[in-house]
Formats: sequence, C-alpha cells, structure tokens
Amino acid sequence: MVNSKIDVIVVGGGCAGISASIVLARAGKKVLLVERGDFSGSKNVFGGTIYARQTAEIFPKFWETAPVEREIKEHKFFLLSENNSFEASYKEDKETEHNCYTVNRAKWDRWACEKAQKEGVLFAPKTLVKALVKQNNKVIGIETEYEKYYADIVILADGVNSLLAKSIGLREEIKPSDVALSVKEVIKLPRNVIEERFHLENSFGTACRIISGPLKNMFAMGFMYTNLDSISIGFGVSVKDLKNRDKKPYEILEELKAHPTIAPYIKGGELVEYNAHLIPEGGFKAIPKLYSDGVMIVGDAAMFVNSLHFEGTNLAMLSGKLAAETAIGAIDKKDFSALCLSEYERKIKSSIVYKDLKTYSKPMKIAEKNLEFLLTYAPYKICKFFEIFTTADNRPKRNKYRKFIKDAIRERGVFGLIKAMWCLFRMGIGIIK
Amino acid sequence: MNIDDKLAPLRYNTDSESHLSVDNDVCMRCKTKSCTKVCPANVYEWCEDDGILRIRYENCLECGACRIACEKKNIAWRYPKASYGVKFKNG
Ligand SMILES: Cc1cc2nc3c(=O)[nH]c(=O)nc-3n(C[C@H](O)[C@H](O)[C@H](O)COP(=O)(O)OP(=O)(O)OC[C@H]3O[C@@H](n4cnc5c(N)ncnc54)[C@H](O)[C@@H]3O)c2cc1C
Ligand code: SF4
Ligand code: SF4
Repeated sequence: MVNSKIDVIVVGGGCAGISASIVLARAGKKVLLVERGDFSGSKNVFGGTIYARQTAEIFPKFWETAPVEREIKEHKFFLLSENNSFEASYKEDKETEHNCYTVNRAKWDRWACEKAQKEGVLFAPKTLVKALVKQNNKVIGIETEYEKYYADIVILADGVNSLLAKSIGLREEIKPSDVALSVKEVIKLPRNVIEERFHLENSFGTACRIISGPLKNMFAMGFMYTNLDSISIGFGVSVKDLKNRDKKPYEILEELKAHPTIAPYIKGGELVEYNAHLIPEGGFKAIPKLYSDGVMIVGDAAMFVNSLHFEGTNLAMLSGKLAAETAIGAIDKKDFSALCLSEYERKIKSSIVYKDLKTYSKPMKIAEKNLEFLLTYAPYKICKFFEIFTTADNRPKRNKYRKFIKDAIRERGVFGLIKAMWCLFRMGIGIIK
Repeated sequence: MNIDDKLAPLRYNTDSESHLSVDNDVCMRCKTKSCTKVCPANVYEWCEDDGILRIRYENCLECGACRIACEKKNIAWRYPKASYGVKFKNG
C-alpha cells in the first residue's frame, strides 16, 4: 500500500479524521487515512445537520458541489404529551448566511474523503486497525489485520467506541450514563409531499427536536429532519435508562412514530434504512486525556459532543484541524513527545470545543438531577396549560386555572415546585456565568 | 413494524464467524440481561430452556451499546473484520 515514509497516520475516516488528514495534506505532509468501512461513511450514522460556517473552514463553499440534502431554515420544537402536543418554531431569515444543512453520511463522508484524496491524502479503506504499535511507551504505528504501518504521529479519529484510545490508557471505559444509544429510520417520501407537509420552499428544510410523549421518564430526546426525498426520524436515550426499561429501543421508536403529532409527517412513507449509533453525552467531565507520546485523539473518540445542541460534526472537524496543526508543528520541529503534543490540549482549551462543553458542564449536572421534571412533568404540564387555554366549554376559566395550580401543588408540593424553579434558575445562571 | 421488518432493507456482508462472543457461564448468573434490553437489532436472546444466550451476530449494527451495558463486562466485543458487517446507504 505505502512504500515511502508516512508522517501521520489518521485512524478513522469520519468527520474528524478527514478534517485532520486534509489539513495535514494541505501543509505538504504525508498522511495515511485508514478506514474500516468499504468507503468513508459506510459505517457512519448521525441525525442530522452539518454546520456550514465551521464546515466551510475545511471545505470552502462546499454547498456548491457537495451532496447536501436541504438547507435548514426552520427549527421546530415539539413537546409531546400522551395524545396532544405543544409546538414552537424558529424560522431563520432566508437571506442570511448558510447556517446548517442536512446530509446523508454515506454520501457526505464519501464526498469529503474523495476531496481529501484529491488534495494528497493517501486513503486505505477496508482496513481495520486492530492495535497500536508501541515502542518504549511511544506510539509509533498501527497494526491492521495484515500488516504494520509506521509513522511519526498517529491521530485517533476512530469514533465514540475508540477501542484504540482505551488500549493505550488514554480513555477509560465509557459509563452507561455518559453515552446515549440512538436509533433512527430514514423514510422515503416524494419531494413535493415533504415540502407540503413541512411548508417548505424550494430545497429549504426543517430540523425538529422532540421531547417527552413516548420518551417520557428517560434521559432522551427525539429528532426529525427533512432530507431531499426522505425524512430521518429517531431518538437518543441514555444507555443507563435503556437498561432499566422493559421496552426495546425500536419499540419506543415505533411509539414515537405513531404519536398523533408525528405520524402525519411520515404517513405513507417507505422505510429505506433503520440504523443505530452511540452518542458521547458525558460532556465536559468525560473529556479524556487528549495526547500522549506520538498520539492525539479527536472527535467522538475524545467525547467532543455538545448533546443539547446536537453538535458533534463541527467539534469533530475543529478538533481534527487543531490536532493536525499541532502535528505540523511537531513534524517541523521533529519532536513527537507528549510535551510537544500538549500544544493540542492548549489549542482545544482556547477553542469553542472546550468552552462550550464547559458552559454546559454545571447546568447539565443540575438537569440530570431534575430529569423527570424537565423532560416529563414540565412538557406534560405545558400541554395541559394550552389545553385549558384553548378549550371553550361551560366551565369558568378561573376555576380551570385554579384547578391547574391546585393539581400542580398536589402532584409536586409547594416545596417541589419551588425546587424546580430554583433548578431552572440555577441552570440559566450556570450557562451565562 | 417489528425488528425483522426494520432490518430487512439493510445490506450486510456476513462473516462465517461471529465477531461477538460471551462466556455463557457468566450469563447464566447474570440477573439483568442488559444486553437483551439495549440492543437495537435484537441480537441477544436469553433462551431460558437451554440456558444459553443466543447471539444473532449477523444482524449487528456495530453500535457498541451491549459492550457498555453489560455490567459483567462479559462481551468480547470487536468490530467485524474489514469489509464485513453492515453497510449503511444513508447513515
Ligand atoms: C443519531 C445521531 C445524531 C447526531 N446528530 C448530529 C447532528 O445533527 N449534528 C452534528 O453535528 N452531529 C450530530 N451527531 C454527532 C456526530 O455524528 C459525531 O459527533 C461525528 O460523526 C463524530 O465524528 P468522528 O469523525 O469523531 O467519528 P465518526 O464519524 O464516528 O467516524 C469514526 C470513523 O472511524 C472508523 N473506525 C472506527 N474504528 C476503526 C478502526 N479500528 N480501524 C479503522 N477505522 C475505524 C469508523 O468506521 C468511522 O468511519 C449525531 C450523532 C448521532 C449518533
Ligand atoms: S448482560 Fe452480559 S452477562 Fe448478562 S446476559 Fe448479557 S452478555 Fe451475559
Ligand atoms: S453492537 Fe449494537 S447492534 Fe451489535 S450486538 Fe451490540 S448492541 Fe446490538
């Protein structure tokens, strides 16, 4: 496969790995990108949307040539109750800069990887890295099913499971509470039907977040995205919560699809793919040690996901770029020691990867302790409020409001309600402080 | 729609040998059987009569949830050999 000396081996051809290798190739470094799938994207799953501004830092004006699905201009938020729902929507100014696009990972990753190859990245698909090669505690290469390859630096971009980072002690075993399992269906529908159902103009699209309803009493959030001629619908749920549930993930997905608010969007569609993937959700506290002698970790392997905002691809691309820039400096200095690569951690710490995860560190901890209130009780109560507000009958409104408040006090107690308000206040303060 | 219908449109290149294995004696003593609860492809099934954990590795979606969920760390979890396993067309 390769005969001349390699500067950097990047393991994993997802968002982070492709970004790292293309930045290295652009700086004239010899880089080998290794991917276990038949092509980049054949093993990858997300929601989802990529974020235009950050993606364009690696692929300028990608929207002109890349296989994107729809440019998202509307963001909907569904709070589901048993059979009713409350919905809020934010519509972007159509004239503003591109914000985000839905993509199909099998197509997008493949396109991005082909672009990387055109810019000089050597690509080895169908190659599973089984272990890292070490000498005197320094990582000096990789071992595949057939051979060993050596390089000055190895960048681990092997995704959320990163068995390789674990094998060299950079990462501990993930806790079930720090990771979500996501299941998703891609449902095919004619373009015009999707545009009618979501009130879309041209190739614009909608991104939806779904809370509660069939997802109640779990640390879970649903999503629904419009692609060109399909809809992606699914949800992520903490593995810890799923373990304690008698329903299987695909049974919960069926319930979500059947909810009276959701069902009309996907009605009559044909299932073209069901898939699943893990999402690192440990946030700030779960960030592992990012480097060691001859090695750095990027993207999901480093647990860089902002789960509240569904941001992962952007953090993967950015961390890939920062690791590549560190590697370029190290190659120029011919110093591949942990001390030299610690520059990567400094770069991460002054970037939004670290800052955003830190911002949510405390609020998420508070949220985790008040999950049932935030993701079940409050959404149900909001639906109930709007039921009262919109229903005309012969009962006086004042009586209905009084009952609404009395019920809340009965269900939660005055102290419980104050505690919940205090939790919301502390979360807000935690974010801006 | 049941899980078999969900898995039906997927393409797999199935290896003749399983990439997932367990020590069945440990499973016998396992009270939670968490692997059977979290797996999105219903790969694991506890057969009470025979006292064995059936593993339909050919349906695996390679997510890794079972590895993390098993409290006894009893699943020798690997990716399938290169170019084997599931191939997503959408992702
Ligand atoms: C359901 C879901 C919805 C999401 N929604 C969004 C969203 O809307 N927006 C967003 O920005 N992010 C979203 N994310 C997060 C985002 O997908 C990830 O953060 C991002 O893909 C991480 O990129 P990565 O390159 O680190 O890892 P991956 O994309 O997982 O890539 C890892 C690569 O490494 C390869 N690999 C692994 N091990 C080996 C090995 N041993 N040898 C060779 N190759 C190997 C894999 O095949 C894969 O190609 C979502 C995630 C999920 C699961
Ligand atoms: S959870 Fe682990 S120990 Fe229990 S049945 Fe499954 S594999 Fe066996
Ligand atoms: S990796 Fe995922 S799909 Fe495969 S057996 Fe484990 S839980 Fe099931």
